[in-house]
Amino acid sequence: MEVVRLTVNGDERVCGVPAHYTLLETLRYGLGLTGSKQGCDKGDCGACTVVLDGKAVLSCLTPILEAEGRHVRTVEGLASGVEPHPLQDEFDLHGAAQCGFCTPGILCSAAALLDREPSPSREDIREALAGNLCRCTGYEKIYDAVEGAAARCRA
Amino acid sequence: MPSVTPGGAAPAREFSTIGRRMRKVDGLAKATGRARYTDDIQLPGMLHGKILRSPHPHARIKSIDASAAERLKGVHAVTTGRDMPVPYGIIPWTPDEHPLCLDRVRYVGDGVAAVAAVDEETANEALGLVEVVYEELPAYFSPHEAIAAESGPFIHEPRRPGRNGNVTKVVRLEFGDVEAGLAESAVVVEGDYFFEGTTHTPIEPHCAIGMAERGGRLTVWSATQVPHYLHRELARVLDLDPALVRVVQPPVGGAFGGKSEPFDLEFCVATLAMKTGRPVKILYTREEVFYAHRGRHPFHMRYRTGADENGMLAAVDAEIVLDGGAYASFGLVTTYYSGQLLTAPYQMPAYRFHSTRAYTNKPACGPKRGHGSVQPRFAFEVQLDRIAERLAIDPIELRRRNFIGADTRTVNDLRITSNGFLECLDAVEAASGWRRKFRKLPFGRGVGVAGSTYISGTNYPVYPNDMPQSGVQLQVDRSGRVSVFSGASEIGQGADSMVAYVVAEELGVPLEHIRVLAGDTDFTPVDLGAYSSRVTFMLGNACIDAARRLKQQVQEAVAEAWDAKPGEVLLAGGLAMRKGDTGVSMSVRDAFNLAEAKFGTLGATGSYDTPKDVHGSYRGATIGASPAYSFSAHVAEVRVDPETGFVDVEKIWIAHDCGRALNPVLVEGQMEGSAYMGFAEAVMEEHVFKTAEQGRAGLHNAPSLLDYRIPTSLDTPALESLVIESVDPEGPYGAKEAGEGPLHPSIPAIANAIHDAVGVRMNSLPFSPPRVWAALQNRTAAGAEGAGDGVAKAGRREREGGSGGVAKAVTP
Repeated sequence: MEVVRLTVNGDERVCGVPAHYTLLETLRYGLGLTGSKQGCDKGDCGACTVVLDGKAVLSCLTPILEAEGRHVRTVEGLASGVEPHPLQDEFDLHGAAQCGFCTPGILCSAAALLDREPSPSREDIREALAGNLCRCTGYEKIYDAVEGAAARCRA
Repeated sequence: MPSVTPGGAAPAREFSTIGRRMRKVDGLAKATGRARYTDDIQLPGMLHGKILRSPHPHARIKSIDASAAERLKGVHAVTTGRDMPVPYGIIPWTPDEHPLCLDRVRYVGDGVAAVAAVDEETANEALGLVEVVYEELPAYFSPHEAIAAESGPFIHEPRRPGRNGNVTKVVRLEFGDVEAGLAESAVVVEGDYFFEGTTHTPIEPHCAIGMAERGGRLTVWSATQVPHYLHRELARVLDLDPALVRVVQPPVGGAFGGKSEPFDLEFCVATLAMKTGRPVKILYTREEVFYAHRGRHPFHMRYRTGADENGMLAAVDAEIVLDGGAYASFGLVTTYYSGQLLTAPYQMPAYRFHSTRAYTNKPACGPKRGHGSVQPRFAFEVQLDRIAERLAIDPIELRRRNFIGADTRTVNDLRITSNGFLECLDAVEAASGWRRKFRKLPFGRGVGVAGSTYISGTNYPVYPNDMPQSGVQLQVDRSGRVSVFSGASEIGQGADSMVAYVVAEELGVPLEHIRVLAGDTDFTPVDLGAYSSRVTFMLGNACIDAARRLKQQVQEAVAEAWDAKPGEVLLAGGLAMRKGDTGVSMSVRDAFNLAEAKFGTLGATGSYDTPKDVHGSYRGATIGASPAYSFSAHVAEVRVDPETGFVDVEKIWIAHDCGRALNPVLVEGQMEGSAYMGFAEAVMEEHVFKTAEQGRAGLHNAPSLLDYRIPTSLDTPALESLVIESVDPEGPYGAKEAGEGPLHPSIPAIANAIHDAVGVRMNSLPFSPPRVWAALQNRTAAGAEGAGDGVAKAGRREREGGSGGVAKAVTP
């Protein structure tokens, strides 16, 4: 068992987890943050994507000890109070979440994109989401939502 | 007349809710991480279960010794097939599987034992201590070999002595005189086609939790599309009182047909929970999801299609072999669907199909989006393209000429009501710029068209009964809030939202005042599940039924207060209004309170059952019968690299007649998701297994999301939805299905576009670079002789004075 300290969605957390745990396992089983999903547990699907120190990472491939002392942002940390993040609101508006299982990871990839590129082209968005598999939408509604959110974030 | 609403603009405003671009009732819960899927549920004291799986494709189980596993610290229980000896199968006539194998395993991955332990690691360790002694048996990986082995050995014991135990279903049906039709045809096109298997690949792996209580109560949470069927089978197989069994279906993270029958994990968590008294969870690994499968059957198809000199279809003859995998699953239905669903949107005076489903020692195939009809549709639409080519008729024009029409019967006696197929063709023709592209793009670029039809639910349930197919219950609160208890399964398609839209429309209540509780067999009426595109049509009608009963009471109570007739009371926009006198109104809340004062606590149930007289009387006529059919037409535009054989699908225009778009946002989402999935099957996905020559026969070739390549955002073409509304006379507000139909044309449209681009006919899926490259080489090598189509293209371009492409067309 290891005691790890990390900042999750702005809160400093201390958590005792087995040393072999990944960041995803720590979030889901150690901290009860089940928003980040496990779709494959081997870094292929992107459903577990979180933002680690500003970069989108696969939390299922991140050993927990690598996250020690760092800042993690998950889907639960995107909103401000009861107001959803513009990305979340636009996903809702455009029907970009069908089954919703890939959505938390896609939102984190998109949030990291908008942080580094406030005016992404559709190609930029496609590139940024290439590590997140969505099986429901065909991606069109997701692009619309990210574009809508980018416009709102710039305004 | 159907109206075209490109881009899904709202139709004429005859409704207050229906037809608007609306949010979903669960959209924000999913976008904020609040939605709790099955694996997100943690119960106090919960144990983790794991299933031991067969390493052999076909073997007898000689013995299972679990004593060492049972002794491992942290292990609470082990179960084997002996604990659950009652066979099951989603189709009641073909129960051929057990929760865990009794004495024989039939594919690599078949379950033989399950353990429950304090954590996943311990459970995995325990699996390694279960000793199973197998005696290997000969295995079949080709359906043709399985069928040819008439005297065995068989994968299943024949149901009657003397039968071939490797054949699960044979259907032979003929309508009209096919041989005469072919003999009289001006052109007869013959072709062999192969549709490779593909799998659903929902991003959420299957997961289930069992919890047992004293007195025989059992609760199972499961990521299932069919809570009602699961409820029945759990009770039957485990010999429990169904009134004490509860199935809860949390939000499902994608299904596509892959979660539409009971799976081993659901029986195992139930049994392990009953043995231990602790909640038990089993979550499939991604690898297990691939082995659980129940996806698209590989189809070997031979078609002969005859037409007169004007391109009017005269006769169609199909010979199909289905590779079913190790169990029956829905295979009886698949075998019928392989032929029954081809008879629209085109007229065909004579039609015959002969379909044979074989068992093989691979994971069982079942229903994947567009169950059983995606494969023949691919072959048939390529056949149509070849006829158009031979007769020098534009392929869209050929399809128009053969349009079967609305309010008619198909050759196999299916009743067609609304039909917006012509409008679908018009829409894709215009939007894609077809006339300036077809046969006019330079070599390497092309467009292709295809059409299709699909059912809006099946007229008959999986088990025979005279009860409704779908039911809902409404409950009204004095606050003005309406709760809907729905038995239907939200799997991402928007079932819960559809319920809210319909009830809001009928009762004039704002959407935010509707609550939907769904998928809990203790609290919701029965709906048969999210399969065969039945939910909007059936549950939508059940909602209208319930809401109108309730509305009647509200109208009566308000009419009394206003000294008016009930029919003069309108409910819309949160108000009760007097018809013809908008000055007289009250809030819906006040109206509900008047009704409660008059009638007592307010509530209503509603149900829907299918018409039973809309098909022929021959054996099998009920399979394929639906209360309404959707229609689709797609145009695909591709770029083919002749050097590598790589097919880049640039765009798919998707026109779909959904009757009426209750919420165009969700309809477009279904259309785009369908076209995406069809595209994926066309060029990328293969659910294939290693052969003996490759070592370890029966192992999945690529059981991961990296190796089984599903399209990323970079692979997926641009998709444009064109919603067509034919307003069906029996659908809720005219609605039909949108979730499966628009998958079908993607694949043949791409095949036909490849032909337009480089002049080769792709008859085997997927159109992967090696296959396309080989086809290009063969065409070049065969020259004029074996490649009529390709040469025709080059010749045609010469005639048309085509640009640049001609030289390339005849050069390697």
